[in-house]
Amino acid sequence: MSPESSSVTETAVEAATERRLNMIEAINEALDIMLARDPDVIIMGEDVGYFGGVFRATAGLQAKHGKTRVFDTPISECGIIGVAVGMGAYGLRPVPEIQFADYIYPGLDQLISEAARLRYRSAGDYIAPLTVRSPFGGGIFGGQTHSQSPEALFTHVSGLKTVIPSTPHDAKGLLIAAIEDNDPVIFFEPKRIYNGPFSGFYDKPVEPWKKHPDSIVPEGYYRIPLGKARTVREGEAMTILAYGTMVHVVEAVAREKGVDAEILDLRTLVPLDIEAIEASVEKTGRCMIVHEATRTSGFGAELSALVTERCFYHLEAPVERVTGFDTPYPHSLEWAYFPGPVRIGEAIDKLLSE
Amino acid sequence: MAEEAQPANLAASGGKANRPALALHVPEPKYRPGDTVDFSDIDIGKAGAQPRPDESAHPSEMGELAYSLIRVLGEDNQAHGPWNPRLDADTLRAMLGHMAMVRAFDERMFRGQRQGKTSFYMKCTGEEATSIAPAMALASDDMVFPSYRQQGILIARGYPLIEMINQIYSNKADKLKGRQLPIMYSSREHSFFSISGNLATQCPQAVGWAMASACRGDSRIAASWVGEGSTAEGDFHSACTFAAVYNAPVILNVVNNQWAISSFSGFAGAERTTFAARGLGYGIAALRVDGNDALACYAAAQWAANRARGNHGPTLIEYFTYRAEGHSTSDDPSGYRSAQEREEWPLGDPVMRLKNHLIASGEWDEERQAAMDLACAEKVKETTKEAEKNGILGHGLHHPFHTMFEDVYEELPWHLEEQAEQAIRERITKFGSERPFG
Repeated sequence: MSPESSSVTETAVEAATERRLNMIEAINEALDIMLARDPDVIIMGEDVGYFGGVFRATAGLQAKHGKTRVFDTPISECGIIGVAVGMGAYGLRPVPEIQFADYIYPGLDQLISEAARLRYRSAGDYIAPLTVRSPFGGGIFGGQTHSQSPEALFTHVSGLKTVIPSTPHDAKGLLIAAIEDNDPVIFFEPKRIYNGPFSGFYDKPVEPWKKHPDSIVPEGYYRIPLGKARTVREGEAMTILAYGTMVHVVEAVAREKGVDAEILDLRTLVPLDIEAIEASVEKTGRCMIVHEATRTSGFGAELSALVTERCFYHLEAPVERVTGFDTPYPHSLEWAYFPGPVRIGEAIDKLLSE
Repeated sequence: MAEEAQPANLAASGGKANRPALALHVPEPKYRPGDTVDFSDIDIGKAGAQPRPDESAHPSEMGELAYSLIRVLGEDNQAHGPWNPRLDADTLRAMLGHMAMVRAFDERMFRGQRQGKTSFYMKCTGEEATSIAPAMALASDDMVFPSYRQQGILIARGYPLIEMINQIYSNKADKLKGRQLPIMYSSREHSFFSISGNLATQCPQAVGWAMASACRGDSRIAASWVGEGSTAEGDFHSACTFAAVYNAPVILNVVNNQWAISSFSGFAGAERTTFAARGLGYGIAALRVDGNDALACYAAAQWAANRARGNHGPTLIEYFTYRAEGHSTSDDPSGYRSAQEREEWPLGDPVMRLKNHLIASGEWDEERQAAMDLACAEKVKETTKEAEKNGILGHGLHHPFHTMFEDVYEELPWHLEEQAEQAIRERITKFGSERPFG
């Protein structure tokens, strides 16, 4: 990413007014801005048109930008992504929505074998500049088909980028950068935090975004470069690597326990900000990785391997992974599955005791 | 249908009380190796007998055309009926020339693979008309999303032979940088989409391209090709749904060549109905065409192109033809089908039929045909030699090593840069230099 884009971001943040948005509003605004700026951008997906999406992310966009820019599709993820690949070959910049990440699997062949490979196999003749938006993650009593976190599948595919925002401010800037990116981007939106940051203490009252500093969203266009992590909190005792909903959970747990943790919000899994990770782990000497997805072959395994390979002589303890269990996401036992404060707290104690 | 399989283990059907036992039907082709072939049961109809509806006709008004065969060239080698595209003799000779060239090219490339010059090749023998004639009926900037057996489109669009051979050899001049299996061409300049090895993925992509063209008020249309076997893929059905829903200006071509490697068309549903009939369920205009009749192929594609261009929507065309050779250089059809099928195929050979039509029209003769075949063979031979100067597969004349890591993303991320350094290091360890062959 160019240095200009980072400075644009910083300037925009400094110039920000006290306008506060939740994550849905921030995403809607990013889409609105890109539809207005770039006539090649089109939005399609199940229920995204007149109705504005089941989570309201596209509310009002069809009325404002027209039916051929924002429209409903048949219930066919294979078709949605396949059609988007063809539109990309024509020269459009499609932003398809997959209603739940759990529904994305019928479109995998079009994503993995087509969108991700097109630039390579045609030696740059054709590209697939898609941004596939999809709500993911649990904590909303969605059961096994509305709660999954399948990000690791996509990070395993060469040619795809995987982006996961954790705040309204980042959601807007990252989504704009994703849409402008000429590679296919999977943009997973942590739906548990659409309306407010989630501490993981599910029995406590939900905080709305308006009390959170990162709900201040500048008006107009700005982008946050893909591949740059965000330091949520500086600290000395340990490094915690997280993304999406878990950023807020680990922040709350660290605060609760009074641990001086350095928390990195990865924001982009591929390409990964390895420099930020290395710098932090070399400083703290301890590393914990937290994700909601299942454990085996989860993205935490990749992070753990990278930290071990690259920071081994700075480590004072083995890398800790805190994840969801290797089961389908259960409905009634959702909070037993979720890597909440107890599991994270236990891992923090273990990491500090070694 | 053949004899039905009986449950092997009656105990497994325990608890059925007095209900009849179910039986699973597993399709079986009529002829296996060594069998005498009799295709007299295939109803090919009569050339010129099929009506030609208006290009804006509602699919329900033309349902019969999904079950019969549109044919133009008769047994008398004359063109008959309303589907006769009335092409002038120069166009017909050009068409015949493309077909002769494809055949000569296939012959030489197949041999090249057997000589170890490349890993793989696929002929389209017997199916030449199904790509060349539609390519000629489309405008040169209409976008095509081919499958792997439409080399005829590139030949008809004037794509340089040497580029095709460079790609097949994966040599240092290969525009795809040696990344793709032979014959998986791509040429944006020729409005020819990058071929995928995953089947039917191109169908929804063609629909998406056509939707984009319509979104933009463009006048270009899209066309995809898929084999009858891969119409079983979900992608094909997604494509039909989207094409119908958005009235996309697209032509969905199904090349029914009877065989998907060793699986006959019955495994894609041909025992029940035609492939063209798939279109009717979606409300898509459907034509079933004699795929060995270049004039009928041209006329059907022209009808569908006019329909799409007039905003009357998509068309599904089934080209009923026969795969005269193996699936690929890795296939041996003598292991699963009767060799007589090719000889007995009731619709003949597309090159012979077009040639005989031109001769019957007084526009061609055997001497000119022989000279043309020879010229094609010579041209392919010369071009092959030229391409071999750029290298053949596995002989070191490939693209620079670093290109392996390029184009995965627009910009090289750190992890690929690290892996590229490792690959080059391995190379130097092994050969003492990054490019031992210069």
